[in-house]
Amino acid sequence: MPLINKESVKKRMGTRLAANGVAKFLFILATCFSLLVLGVLIYRILSEGLPYLSLDFITNFASRMPERAGIWAALLGTIWVMAVTAPVSFILGVGTAIYLEEYAKKNAFTKFVQINISNLAGVPSIVFGLLGLTIFVRLLGLGSSVLAGGLTMSLLILPVIVVASQEAIRTVPREIREASFGMGATKWQTIRRIVFPAALPGILTGTILALSRAVGETAPLLVLGALAYVAFVPENIFSQFTVLPIQLYNWTSRPQEEFHMIAASGIIILLIILLIMNSIAVLIRNKFHKRF
Amino acid sequence: MSRDKTNQKSIRSMIQENKSSRSQSAVMEKVVPKIFLICAIISIFTTIGIVFTLLTETFTFFNRISIVEFFTNTRWFPFTSDENADFGIIALIMGTLTVTAIAMVVAIPIGLAAAIYLSEYASAKTRKVIKPILEVLAGIPTIVYGFFALTFVTPLLDKIIPGGISIFNALSPGIVVGIMIIPMIASLSEDAMNAVPNSMREGALALGATRFEVAMKVVLPAALSGVIASFVLGISRAIGETMIVTIAGGSRPTADINVTESIQTMTAYIVQVSQGDTGYGTTIYYSIYAVGMTLFVFTLIMNLLAQFISRKFREEY
Amino acid sequence: MDITINKQMVQKNEKEQDFTPVFKINNLNLWYGQDHALKDIKFDIPEKQVTAIIGPSGCGKSTFIKTLNRMVEMVPIVRMSGEIVYREKNIFNPKYGVEELRTQVGMVFQKPNPFPKSIYENVAYGPRIHGIKNKKVLDEVVEKSLRGAAIWDEVKDRLHENAYGLSGGQQQRLCIARCLAIEPDVILMDEPTSALDPISTLKVEELVQELKKDYSIVIVTHNMQQAARISDRTAFFLNGEVVEYTDTSTLFSNPSDKRTEDYITGRFG
Repeated sequence: MPLINKESVKKRMGTRLAANGVAKFLFILATCFSLLVLGVLIYRILSEGLPYLSLDFITNFASRMPERAGIWAALLGTIWVMAVTAPVSFILGVGTAIYLEEYAKKNAFTKFVQINISNLAGVPSIVFGLLGLTIFVRLLGLGSSVLAGGLTMSLLILPVIVVASQEAIRTVPREIREASFGMGATKWQTIRRIVFPAALPGILTGTILALSRAVGETAPLLVLGALAYVAFVPENIFSQFTVLPIQLYNWTSRPQEEFHMIAASGIIILLIILLIMNSIAVLIRNKFHKRF
Repeated sequence: MSRDKTNQKSIRSMIQENKSSRSQSAVMEKVVPKIFLICAIISIFTTIGIVFTLLTETFTFFNRISIVEFFTNTRWFPFTSDENADFGIIALIMGTLTVTAIAMVVAIPIGLAAAIYLSEYASAKTRKVIKPILEVLAGIPTIVYGFFALTFVTPLLDKIIPGGISIFNALSPGIVVGIMIIPMIASLSEDAMNAVPNSMREGALALGATRFEVAMKVVLPAALSGVIASFVLGISRAIGETMIVTIAGGSRPTADINVTESIQTMTAYIVQVSQGDTGYGTTIYYSIYAVGMTLFVFTLIMNLLAQFISRKFREEY
Repeated sequence: MDITINKQMVQKNEKEQDFTPVFKINNLNLWYGQDHALKDIKFDIPEKQVTAIIGPSGCGKSTFIKTLNRMVEMVPIVRMSGEIVYREKNIFNPKYGVEELRTQVGMVFQKPNPFPKSIYENVAYGPRIHGIKNKKVLDEVVEKSLRGAAIWDEVKDRLHENAYGLSGGQQQRLCIARCLAIEPDVILMDEPTSALDPISTLKVEELVQELKKDYSIVIVTHNMQQAARISDRTAFFLNGEVVEYTDTSTLFSNPSDKRTEDYITGRFG
């Protein structure tokens, strides 16, 4: 007597295939759910926000009257904060990555730095706000200024830039480093003239993506004491400020329907900014993809 | 040729002459690594700064409110006169956990299903279309999700749920936080499943197993640690999420959870206080650090757990 | 044609027997962790000649050539003893900087490894890092080095295009040009043709013949015919030891060690 009953195998085959079909359908459905949500979200925002979108909306200050409200102060505030965050986080992030990849010996300290960075990446952004409030706003006496906000944001996105830069540096092949050392170049010459330029596209992609995350962040700056209602543009890095997401939060949390509409208009502007930043990042990534 | 000869002399000798400037570059060789080391140390100081500020301010808070009351009282009513104020973090923790639980109910099945589809069923072409869309979804700022929760999901739930739903509630932000986390779980789980070697799939397929059976009985068990780590990281993200719950969750801390009613999470409380006119040095001011510390410990445990799971149970193929 | 010239020169050498050594290697030992990779190496490398290092894979020939410009130290677990004297100076002397050594002792690697920069920048790299900034001088150096590496005519119209657009053989000659740009004294070549097609290999071999007028060349090769074609002296390495080292014609026509004979007649390796 055979160990396997061919008849029963055949009989079960039908149900097994059916289960496979149903499962595949459910998996596709789940995947499409995300796409559907994205579609609905964009449709809602466009349908609510587009009517209020105009040049005046961009160049006006915030106002009690929805029809006169604009995002000028918030837009410039975001640009000011990013003007602090971008160089600070870039220098710190790339510096840390170069140290870890090129100089650090394989010891307990290096391992500690690496673990520390991956844990920092998981700290909620609002906790960075508490850090900024205590250290930058109060201890260093910077107040709720552009500088305090920019520095807080720098620390928030630092782990992302470090990890992206490390990956970029690791893709630079050993052979071309050897070529440089073989010509009598010093370590720093090799890093500055060969490794860094070769890793730069990857580093830039990572940095822009990290900055785009910072542009959309609200919570840390709220905790820091960034203003919600601002009718002026920052004059220098010690000025008080608001940023785009905080302005949007302010409008969203008002009960009047009109303010929700202009919040949607502001969201359109925010998403356009992020879209541009991400496109630049993707462009750089594709242009320099797999050169080695 | 003769010109070459003179030139040859000159290049070699020029390099020799430039040797004097080497001492300058030798200084650079010594200084530069130290500068980069300082950069690396700043990341450590960030962590120390976080722990230090949270600890000291929390300590001041516990000088005024007993730590026992903080962890056993179920009422959180800080905005009254001092003697009536209640600081029982359980109310805020319950709010946070409710939202997190709802979020995971949404995110785990959908995120995992999407991961299985992308890794086991989808063609390379489909994957090329869907993965960027998931990336876009992951890149949308939380303020936008918050707006979406308040102006779309809540009214929608109000229509669907018999008896309606209050304008601020736990359900709507919970669902939207879940949506926000889907891309993260999907992409991390897909990475884990992609790491399973094809030979294992082929082995099962050659025995006549269906794609579904391969996914469930071969790939998923093999990738389980990575998949579970992605869930844990998702939980950590949900606990720390701020804007969605602040906008759509309301500000009524309560330990008696009703998902259709207003709640308050730990993160939303911190925002509420920093938006108010609370003076520096008041008990309420210090309370945000105690709440922040609790939040930090929660997420830290989750992150360490995720690292532990993916390291401890890393499959050797 | 080159082979006949070689033979004449070799015969001349045999008569004189003494040459000006550029490298004197004395009791060189090297370990990778516990692995004893080079054992008591002792021989002299002549000036303005081509010295070939042959031997089966894993015999230490690549490791040996990398000790001559101390590139081997990039492997962290390496330990060494003994001495290598380059032009009267012990290269392991801590006062003697590796950068200075490598400026004199250039290297061409197994796989062409141009920088992801333009052809011009690849060649100008060496002079630039050594402090030569004058544009006119750099232009001259680039042209002269590319001519010296017999690639000028192929690239002169696209000097500012990326070097990655060149073929493998062109890339390797570009790497030789890059090496020539700082006018080293010695050029080390670590299996420079192993990644190239036969025609590119021939071009590089011809180039080596040309270069030995001005440079001392040490070349590692796994190809015995190549060693016979282009070198003046040959060292046969086996299991980290030098089995035999003499002028090339003697080694290939009349080896004194049984193991050398076995290897060159193809009985192993």
